[in-house]
Amino acid sequence: MHVALTVNGRPLRAEDVWEGESLLYVLRERLGLPGSKNACEQGECGSCTVRLDGAPVCACLVAAGQAEGSEVVTVEGLADGEELAPVQRAFLDAGAVQCGFCTPGLLVAADALLRRRPAPADEDIREALAGNLCRCTGYETIMDAVRLAAARRSEGA
Amino acid sequence: MEFLRPADWEEALAAKAAHPGAVPLAGGTDVMVELNLGLRRPERLLDLSRVRELHEWETAAGSVRLGASVPYATIMERLGHLLPGLALASRTVASPQIRNRAGVGGNLGTASPAGDAHPALLAAGAEVEAASVRGTRRIPVEAFYTGVKRNALAPDELIRAVHLPVADGPQQYAKVGTRNAMVIAVCAFGLALHPATRTVRTGIGSAAPTPVRADAAEEFLAGVLEEGRHWDTGRPLASSAAAEFAALCAAACDPIDDVRSTARYRRHAVGVLARRTLAWAWEAHRARPDAFEGAV
Ligand SMILES: Cc1cc2nc3c(=O)[nH]c(=O)nc-3n(C[C@H](O)[C@H](O)[C@H](O)COP(=O)(O)OP(=O)(O)OC[C@H]3O[C@@H](n4cnc5c(N)ncnc54)[C@H](O)[C@@H]3O)c2cc1C
Ligand code: FES
Ligand code: FES
Repeated sequence: MHVALTVNGRPLRAEDVWEGESLLYVLRERLGLPGSKNACEQGECGSCTVRLDGAPVCACLVAAGQAEGSEVVTVEGLADGEELAPVQRAFLDAGAVQCGFCTPGLLVAADALLRRRPAPADEDIREALAGNLCRCTGYETIMDAVRLAAARRSEGA
Repeated sequence: MEFLRPADWEEALAAKAAHPGAVPLAGGTDVMVELNLGLRRPERLLDLSRVRELHEWETAAGSVRLGASVPYATIMERLGHLLPGLALASRTVASPQIRNRAGVGGNLGTASPAGDAHPALLAAGAEVEAASVRGTRRIPVEAFYTGVKRNALAPDELIRAVHLPVADGPQQYAKVGTRNAMVIAVCAFGLALHPATRTVRTGIGSAAPTPVRADAAEEFLAGVLEEGRHWDTGRPLASSAAAEFAALCAAACDPIDDVRSTARYRRHAVGVLARRTLAWAWEAHRARPDAFEGAV
């Protein structure tokens, strides 16, 4: 079957999609968008997090056919051209990236949090990122990064 | 594999009647795991995403008709005042990503003894609205669970909604696990006080082959509350009564040893959760303004 959807603002069409495959597979293998990572394929790690019609979800648990006609935002869609998104800049500045495998999912989840809640409390950040595993950083620098992104946002506003 | 995408409820029922083996797909958080890991290769998937009614809820005559696909995130954010027990249970499910997709219809479809919605549904007194081209029936939730990961649906039936009475008193939900997020319950307990009918209902998760109610504990407590005129006076509960309630809840379990825990621990922990949730709920009930005007 084929699946037509909008990814990062661009209407795209994936051909020869197997009915049982996931949105994650379509993004990575059929649409040339490998930013969303595939680690567990069972919803446990969050490295495949994308926004689907606005809400952060695990792309590995969305059937390709369910994404027909939807709006998807992946990590590739966060930056504005060469200009990094505030969360991306904050992750770099706070040293929240080590091996980087978890980073795309965390960026999408953190970006979604800040859209909903521009000045999150620490509990809000922990809760919003509870579905994203990181095996390197110990999470403290990730907390720092999200706080930094929020603080810069409020200064800018 | 075939991917069926009914545009509305009528089409969904017709598709299920024509292909009883088709696997319904709601949030996909159970189905996709099985597909990704190669544990399941159904001939047909029946995607319910486009069936608008399943994503909606309505309130009438003191009852909420909750569409099968309303995600946990929405239950937490929008329905906590009507369905506090289910909202508390929803909050404990997995992660935000999962809660944005998954809902009660899928939890019932899977019918895992560890499903977090079940104790809350049992305690609230929910009914499952099952439908097929043959018609619609309402199944009391305690009759819905027929075995480990088995439910009462006929092959041509789909879950349209769950009916839950709007809470008439405090409801609680508590779960034991190794951390707050992403945890399949070691055991779980739901409790609802129903002052309108002077009853108490319970639900136990992960401590028997199916989710169960602690009938004997419910009866015992209803008796104690009646005899001691607790409903009229708001009087505190004796600790001996709470302890007996907890013991009867533990006795209602039929747990197993597995990778997550031992049977012995589960039984013990259910008793602890029962005592705690009862204390919280009764305190909340007593603290209601105007509840006991003129009471001694
Ligand atoms: C990482 C992870 C963590 C999880 N943690 C928890 C947890 O903490 N607590 C918990 O309870 N669960 C948990 N789950 C399991 C899962 O999220 C829940 O069971 C959820 O409620 C399933 O809902 P869904 O809409 O995604 O169902 P789906 O996967 O779409 O469907 C599940 C089953 O129900 C059937 N079904 C769906 N809708 C209908 C319908 N309308 N009529 C008839 N049958 C239907 C499907 O055919 C399938 O058999 C977790 C899953 C993952 C991947
Ligand atoms: S790859 Fe999707 S959650 Fe791990
Ligand atoms: S930086 Fe390596 S997993 Fe997070």
